[in-house]
Amino acid sequence: MYQQLAWQITVALTVVLGLVFAFIALNAGKWTEYAPLQMRAYRLRTGFFWTLVLLLTPVLVYSMSELPYDAAHRHPGNKPQVIDAVGYQWYWILSSNEVTVGRPVEFHVTSGDINHGFGIYDQDMRLVGQTQAMPDYVNKLQLVFRKEGTYKVLCMEYCGIAHHNMLAEIRAVAPTPVPSEDNK
Amino acid sequence: MSVLTHTSPRAGATAGVLAYLVSAGAILLLMMVFGLAMRLEQAQIISIGANRFYELMTLHGIGMVGVAALGGAAIMWHFLRQYVQLSPALFIANLVLFLLGVVLILVGVLWGKFAGAWTFLYPMPGHSMGVWDNDAAALFMVGLLLIGTGFLLLYLDVARALIGEYGSLAHALGWPQLFLGKGKYGPPPTVVASTMVLIVNTIGIVSGASILLMMLINLYFPRFTIDPLLAKNLIYFFGHVFINATIYMAVIAVYEILPRYTQRPWPSNRVFLAAFTASTVLVIFIYPHHLLMDFAMPRWMLIMGQVISYLNGLPVLVVTMYGALTIIYRSGIKWDMASGLLLLSMFGWAAGVIPAIVDGTIVINHVMHNTLWVPGHFHTYLLLGMIAMVFGFMYYLANGSRHVRAGMLDRLSFWAFAAAGMGFTFAFLYGGLSSVPRRYAVHLPEWLAYDRIASVFAAVVIAAALVFVVRFASRLRTARGGAT
Ligand code: HEM
Ligand SMILES: [Cu+2]
Ligand SMILES: [Cu+2]
Repeated sequence: MYQQLAWQITVALTVVLGLVFAFIALNAGKWTEYAPLQMRAYRLRTGFFWTLVLLLTPVLVYSMSELPYDAAHRHPGNKPQVIDAVGYQWYWILSSNEVTVGRPVEFHVTSGDINHGFGIYDQDMRLVGQTQAMPDYVNKLQLVFRKEGTYKVLCMEYCGIAHHNMLAEIRAVAPTPVPSEDNK
Repeated sequence: MSVLTHTSPRAGATAGVLAYLVSAGAILLLMMVFGLAMRLEQAQIISIGANRFYELMTLHGIGMVGVAALGGAAIMWHFLRQYVQLSPALFIANLVLFLLGVVLILVGVLWGKFAGAWTFLYPMPGHSMGVWDNDAAALFMVGLLLIGTGFLLLYLDVARALIGEYGSLAHALGWPQLFLGKGKYGPPPTVVASTMVLIVNTIGIVSGASILLMMLINLYFPRFTIDPLLAKNLIYFFGHVFINATIYMAVIAVYEILPRYTQRPWPSNRVFLAAFTASTVLVIFIYPHHLLMDFAMPRWMLIMGQVISYLNGLPVLVVTMYGALTIIYRSGIKWDMASGLLLLSMFGWAAGVIPAIVDGTIVINHVMHNTLWVPGHFHTYLLLGMIAMVFGFMYYLANGSRHVRAGMLDRLSFWAFAAAGMGFTFAFLYGGLSSVPRRYAVHLPEWLAYDRIASVFAAVVIAAALVFVVRFASRLRTARGGAT
């Protein structure tokens, strides 16, 4: 889960950073000639720079291999269910509130007034995906609902004094065993 | 007590610098109390209601950005004056315009009930659902325009002074040294940093002013509409650049004060110059990372947003943080409140860069954008970074620009500030981990525990900040006179 990953990376690196600062602070009181130390520090810095570059570049490239914008191309042959979602102060209008578990859904998200944010939360209130809902533009968000049950739509962009009350629900149901048009 | 050498002839601060810092300190404390009130409301310990919550959120956001700008400008102006001739009149004019703007904003929010957040995202100011009217929104936006105008004047003066002294902005950025190999060292770090800030922030303020003007017209002539995506781009460009510029102004305190404490130079060598030239470009082109969830944006801009988010951390970490650590290591430095807070500020800035880069990753942003992760990362580098720089500068002046051993209360406050500050920001980050949306007046029951812990941390932070600000305010005479 990306949230977990983000948290772990952040905590780990912050601890490392804290240790480095503590080490420097604890070794600051003694005095050493600066010139030789500076030379060593500059050499080390080059190493530090390249380490960062070597660590970040693969992460950067790898993290871009599957962007949420391209979700549509990820399920060839599985025609997504399309749901229109329009945000208003302060409610959502969805063209359907029911989706099928495992079948991709494409939300066509826009707004009838001002900027909102269309965020989908699973049964554990974990954010599984979002896009902005803005006037004059349609943002297409593709998601696959994995679990049966009720998902929630929350507003993710501040839109005035009832922003926190802008809720909608989406029911994810198991696929019907009867062969549907999908299988043709 | 050892009087530091290297101090400029004008070690004491001008009355103008002190007026900036006193204003910043007072507004800071008030805004922190508003912040605590928001946290307490989310924790359901107090109940002020959603309307009041969002009014306070609007004031806290714009007020804190203003505090950062005032504090940063005071630092930049104080030190830059050693190298170039700045106009004290324009410096004061900026403060006057600022305070006028603050009055308009306060009236717009507290009397007019404007609660459109400091980002005044178009077209919300004109669509309040009857909560505030157009005049309230206009008061807020005109207030912002006044503040922007003041800073624009200040930067124009800085530009005039730098060009007068160095010939051109390219020279002030050290390009002859960087690109043409003319000499080993460029202009002093303070000059280079000020040049970078003046370039990016002038562009930022002009963009901000243009969208504000368009929106003011739209308020009263709704048939004049604005493309909402263009408006978003302009607003976030302005917001990102403006708040970032405050840090690059404040970090001048680190470049100037740590060398005095350690008796070691902060050289403006080619690596330093390259870092600032890079930052000048990166700070301008990074802003699309605020728009990663606007799928309608051109794809290349969003990818650029992530790539530059990663790159932008490099100069900060490899040059400024690393430089501060190098200059301190085995320097025999005598710690006091000023040097301690400046070291803390380096930690805060670097620590804030980590969750910022994480969130600048598109796939992560997809599930963390506009959650509490966002205030989590920026409070880390604003509260523990930027504001710690301002506090460090305040102590430096209050101690007469020299080393003074810290007393018990100050030391206690330092550690309380550092520890509770970390606790406070990590409670936000934990909220991001738990998918709590930002800017929610009402939280679900399962989120309350962290809101409550954060409230305790926030109260401790405020107590420490109160000690810092009162200490400074009670030593204005020393600050004015410099070393006695
Ligand atoms: C005791 C210290 C502080 C407390 C208790 C505090 C509290 C808060 C809270 C509760 C929020 C709203 C979070 C949400 O979205 O739910 C917030 C937002 C914010 N804070 Fe702070 N804060 C503090 C210090 C600072 C400092 C030092 C700065 C900058 C220099 C700052 C700048 C901001 C900004 C720009 C926002 C965004 C407002 C918005 O979303 O429109 N804060 N703060
Ligand atoms: Cu909304
Ligand atoms: Cu909303």
